[in-house]
Amino acid sequence: MDSESLLLSLELASGSGQGLSPDRRASLLTSLTLVKRDYRYSRVLFWGRILGLVADYYIAQGLSEDQLAPRKTLYRQGHERRRSKARVPGERGPVAARWTPDIPKTAVSRRVRSLGGLNCMEWSLLPPATEEMAVETSVVKGRFMGDPSHEYEHTELQKMKEGEKVFEEEVVVQIKEENRLVSVIDQIDKAVAVIPRGALFKTPFGPIHVNRTFEGLSLSEAKKLSSYFHFREPVELKNKTLLEKADLDPSLDFMDSLEHDIPKATLQGGYCYHPHFTGSWSIQMERGNALVVLRSLLWPGLTFFHAPRTKNYGYIYMGTGEKNIDLPFML
Amino acid sequence: MEDLTSPKEEKADQEVGEVGRPWEEITVASSQDPESGLSEPLESEQGPERGPQPRSSPPRSPQSRTSTPLDDLTGPDASSAPSPPQEAPSPPSILTLARQELGTPWQSDKTPDVDPKAETPRSPHLEQSSDKGESTAPQMCQSEGNIFQQSQQTGHHLYGPEDVSENNSKQKELRFNIFQEEDSNSNYDLDCAEPGVSEVAPSLLEIAIQSAKAYLLKTSSKSGLNLYDHLSDMLTKVLDERPENAVDIIESISQDVKMAHFRKKLDTLQNENEMLPTYEIAEKQKALFLQGNLEGADQELEDEIAENSLPNLMESAFYFEQAGVGLGTDETYRIFLALKQLTDTHPIQRCRFWGKILGLEMNYLVAEVEFREGEDEEDIEDEDVPEERDDGDSGADEDDEDELPRAFYKTPQATPKEESRTGANKYVYFVCNEPGRPWVKLPSVTPAQIVTARKIKKFFTGRLDAPIVSYPPFPGNESNYLRAQIARISAGTHVSPLGFYQFGEEEGEEEEEVEGRRDSFEENPDFEGIQVIDLVESLSNWVHHVQHILSQGRCNWFNPIQKSEEEEEEEDEEKEEKGEEPDYIEQEVGPPLLTPISEDLEIQNIPPWTTRLSSNLIPQYAIAVLRSNLWPGAYAFSNGKKFENVYIGWGHKYSPDNYTPPALPPVCQEYPSGAEITEMDDPSVEEEQAFRAAQEAAALPAEEMEETEEDEDEEDD
Repeated sequence: MDSESLLLSLELASGSGQGLSPDRRASLLTSLTLVKRDYRYSRVLFWGRILGLVADYYIAQGLSEDQLAPRKTLYRQGHERRRSKARVPGERGPVAARWTPDIPKTAVSRRVRSLGGLNCMEWSLLPPATEEMAVETSVVKGRFMGDPSHEYEHTELQKMKEGEKVFEEEVVVQIKEENRLVSVIDQIDKAVAVIPRGALFKTPFGPIHVNRTFEGLSLSEAKKLSSYFHFREPVELKNKTLLEKADLDPSLDFMDSLEHDIPKATLQGGYCYHPHFTGSWSIQMERGNALVVLRSLLWPGLTFFHAPRTKNYGYIYMGTGEKNIDLPFML
Repeated sequence: MEDLTSPKEEKADQEVGEVGRPWEEITVASSQDPESGLSEPLESEQGPERGPQPRSSPPRSPQSRTSTPLDDLTGPDASSAPSPPQEAPSPPSILTLARQELGTPWQSDKTPDVDPKAETPRSPHLEQSSDKGESTAPQMCQSEGNIFQQSQQTGHHLYGPEDVSENNSKQKELRFNIFQEEDSNSNYDLDCAEPGVSEVAPSLLEIAIQSAKAYLLKTSSKSGLNLYDHLSDMLTKVLDERPENAVDIIESISQDVKMAHFRKKLDTLQNENEMLPTYEIAEKQKALFLQGNLEGADQELEDEIAENSLPNLMESAFYFEQAGVGLGTDETYRIFLALKQLTDTHPIQRCRFWGKILGLEMNYLVAEVEFREGEDEEDIEDEDVPEERDDGDSGADEDDEDELPRAFYKTPQATPKEESRTGANKYVYFVCNEPGRPWVKLPSVTPAQIVTARKIKKFFTGRLDAPIVSYPPFPGNESNYLRAQIARISAGTHVSPLGFYQFGEEEGEEEEEVEGRRDSFEENPDFEGIQVIDLVESLSNWVHHVQHILSQGRCNWFNPIQKSEEEEEEEDEEKEEKGEEPDYIEQEVGPPLLTPISEDLEIQNIPPWTTRLSSNLIPQYAIAVLRSNLWPGAYAFSNGKKFENVYIGWGHKYSPDNYTPPALPPVCQEYPSGAEITEMDDPSVEEEQAFRAAQEAAALPAEEMEETEEDEDEEDD
C-alpha cells in the first residue's frame, strides 16, 4: 500500500484483523516520508510486517519511476553494526544493521526493501534476494525470531571425500535470519503481490508507469480473478500461445493474470465441488460490495483490497512469513 | 467535403465558445503580419477591419482588383468540389481557413526576411477597394461574416497544422515562389498573368487542405470515430480541464476521450442489477440502526440498562487497536450493533464477541453467549439427532445378521458429549456472516467432532451447510467443524490475568467430589490488578480460564469401561470383545483450570506465547499484549484490571511441520488365516532328498523291529 495513503489503506485492509497500533502508524507516516527523501524513491510502499517471536519486522519498499524495472544491487559501505545497549526489558534491542547505501549509483534501483526496527523509525536496507539465498534458506522452517542477526542452525549430511573413501558427515550450516527475511519477502512478492488490471501501463519504450487514468475496476470485473495481475515480471506470459495472446492489450496486459495460478480457479473434473472455487485465492466483497478483498491462501496474511470504481487499491502482508504448504489438503 | 464538415464545425464552434477566444486573438494577429505576404484577396477581405492603414499607397490600386477575380475564381473552384448547393458561404471560409492554417506555422517558422520585404510593396489598398468596389462590397460583407465565424472556429482549425505541417512546409515554399512571381508580374501583366497565378495558388492549397481534412475525417471502420472530431474533443477537454503538463499525458487524455464514447452504452439494466446486493445489505444494516428507536418506553430502557448483557465492544476494540489488532472502527461498530440485536432477541445472560473466522467465500463473526438460567433453547432437539443415528445403525446390523457374515469390526463406543454449560459446551455460540444478517446458533460439540477436527485441516467456506470433505471423515458439516474449532481455540487461548478469577467455593466442592477437579470459577471481587510490566515480563501472571480439552474430546474425563458394564446385560458379545482391552483405562488428566500459561507446552522449541508492551514510546500508559503462537490470530490484552480475548484468523492451529493426513487403517481380513489355508512353497529336489535321507536314517533302526514300515516306504516312492 502506498505510504501516502497509509491510513485509508489500513482501514480498508482491516477486515483481516491485523492492523497497526496508533503509535506505529504515526511513526510510519513520518519515517517513510524521510525514507522517500533519503533514498530518492518516487514511491514508497508500506509492504507489511512479519510477525516474529520476539519482535516484528516492518517492511517498506521503494519504487523508482519505472514500476517493474529490473533490480540492481545496492552498494553498501561496510557492515558497521550499531546495537543499542539500553534494552527495554523483555524485548531484544532494535534491529541492528544499518547500512548507508551509495545513493548516486542506485538511482535506478527498483525495489529496495528497508526494514524497520521496533519503533518503525530506523530503516535499514536489505540486500537484494538471490537464488542462492532462496536455496539456502529453504531448509529453515518455523517462525521468525525478530532479530536479523539470529542464526538458524541446520544440520545436513554432506558427502566427504577422504582419499578413496566417501563418507557422509553431518555439517551444521548457519543461516542468518536476515537472509531468510530477504528471501521470504522476495518469494511473497513473486507469488502473491497483486495489482488490478489497468493500474499500471507499459509505455512503448518499455518503462512501466502508474496509469493516471485508472478509475478502478467495475463491479463485475472486480469479482473475477482475471482482472488482477501479479505485480512482478511476467513469467507465464511468454509461454502463452499467439492465440491466447491475441486479445491482450500490450500496454495493459503485460503481466501474469491471477487466474492461471495453481491450483487453478476452474478445475476440470469432479474435484471441484463448490461453484465458487477460486484456487489459491479467496475473493470477497465486503461492506456491501463497496470493497473487494483478495486473501491469499498460499501465503496466509496477504490481503489485497480494492474499492471498485476508485483508485484505492493495495496489498499488505501481515503474517508469520511462512508459506501454507498444506494448501492442497485444505481446499 | 464541406457539407460533411460544416455542421460539425458549427457544433464544435459552440463547444469551443469562450475557449476559442484566445486563439482568435492569435489568429487575428497572425493573419495580419504574414498576410501581406500571403495573398492579396485576403487583405482586401480584411480591409474594413483595419480601417486606417498608414501604409496604403494609391499607385497599387490594380492589386485590389486582381484580388477580386481571385475570389471569384476560388468560388467556382471550390464549388466544383463534390457538394455545390451549400457553397454560398464556403469559398471565403476555405480561404480564411487556409490562411489561418498556414498562418501559424509561418509565424512560428520566423521568416522575417520575406515578410517585411513583401509588406512594403504589397500593402493593400483598402480604401481603394472599398471605394472602387461597390460590386465587391456585398461580397466582402458576406465574407467578413465568414471571417468571424471562421476565426471563432480557429481553436478548431488550429489542430490541423500539427498533422498537416508537412504539407505546410512544402506549400510554404511553393507559395513563396508564387508570390514572388506575383510580385514580378503584378507590375505589368496584371490582367492576364495575375489571375493565372492566383488560380494555381488556391487550388494547390485547397487541394492539400481538403485532402488532409478529408483524411482526418475518415471514419474508422472499427470504432466509427474520426480523428478530426477526436482531436477537437481532446483539445476541448484539455482546455476545459487545463491539466498540468498536458503534453505528457496526452495519451491518457486521448484514452479518456475515447472511453467517454463507450461509457454511454453501459447504462440501463446491467448496472441496476450489479448494485442490488449493495442495497440489500444496506437495507439490512439499516434495521440495526433503527432498532434503538423501536423500543421507546423509558421504563424498559432503564430495565435494559440494568440487566445489560451487552459487552462494551468499542472499549475492547480500542485496547486491541493499541495492540495492532482489530477490524477497523466501522466494522467493529456494526458488529456491536449486531450483538445488541442478538442480546435483544434472545434471553442472554452474558455475551461477548468471540472473534472472526475468515472463510473462502464469507467470514464468520462469532458471538459467545450464556443463556439465562433455565432458558437453554433447543438443546433437547440437538441431542435427539445423534441418538437416532445410533439406533439406525444397530437396526441395520440386526437385519444383516442372518444373511451375511457379520463384520466383527466394532466401532469404538462413542464418547457422550458434554452437557450444556459444562466443559466444551459451556457456552453457546452464534455466528453470522455479516453484521445485519441473522445470527445462527451453532450446534453443541461432540467429542468425536473435536477428535476428528484435530486430525484435519480445512478452510472454512463461509456457508454453514457446506460439507466437510476430508479424511478421516468428519462427523457433521461445516457448522460442526466450526463449533469444534471454536472449542479448541477457546480452550487453548482464552487467558486472563492471574487472580482475576477464583474458584467458586460451593460449586468447587461438588466438582471435587466427582472428578477431583474443579471446572467453575467466579470473578474475584478482591482482584487488585497486576502491573502491566509484570504481565509482559512473566507468563505466569496469565492463567487459562477455559478448561483444557482432553485427547478424548471432552474436558471432563469419561470412563468408557464404566458404561460398557452398564450395558453388559444387553450385549454379551460385546463384553467378550471388551475383555481384550484392559479393564482399567488410566484416567486422563489435563491441567486444571486457572493454570498459568507459562506451563503451556512448546511447539518444537517455539514458545507458545509472545508478550509485549503495546507502545514503547509511552510505556506508562501502554497495555500488555499477548499473542498466541499456537493459534495465530488469537490475542489477549490486559491493562492490569481489564482483559479481553479475541481471535481473528483462519481457524487453524499452527504447526511448523506440514500437515500429514493420518495413514489409512490396515485392510480388514476376510477370514482368519491359519495353517490349513496357508499356501506353502513346493519343496525343492534337494530338500526332498534331504528329507528322505533323514527318514531313511530314522527308519533303519525301526526296520529291524517292524518290516511292514519298509513296505510302506517302497509303496510311497
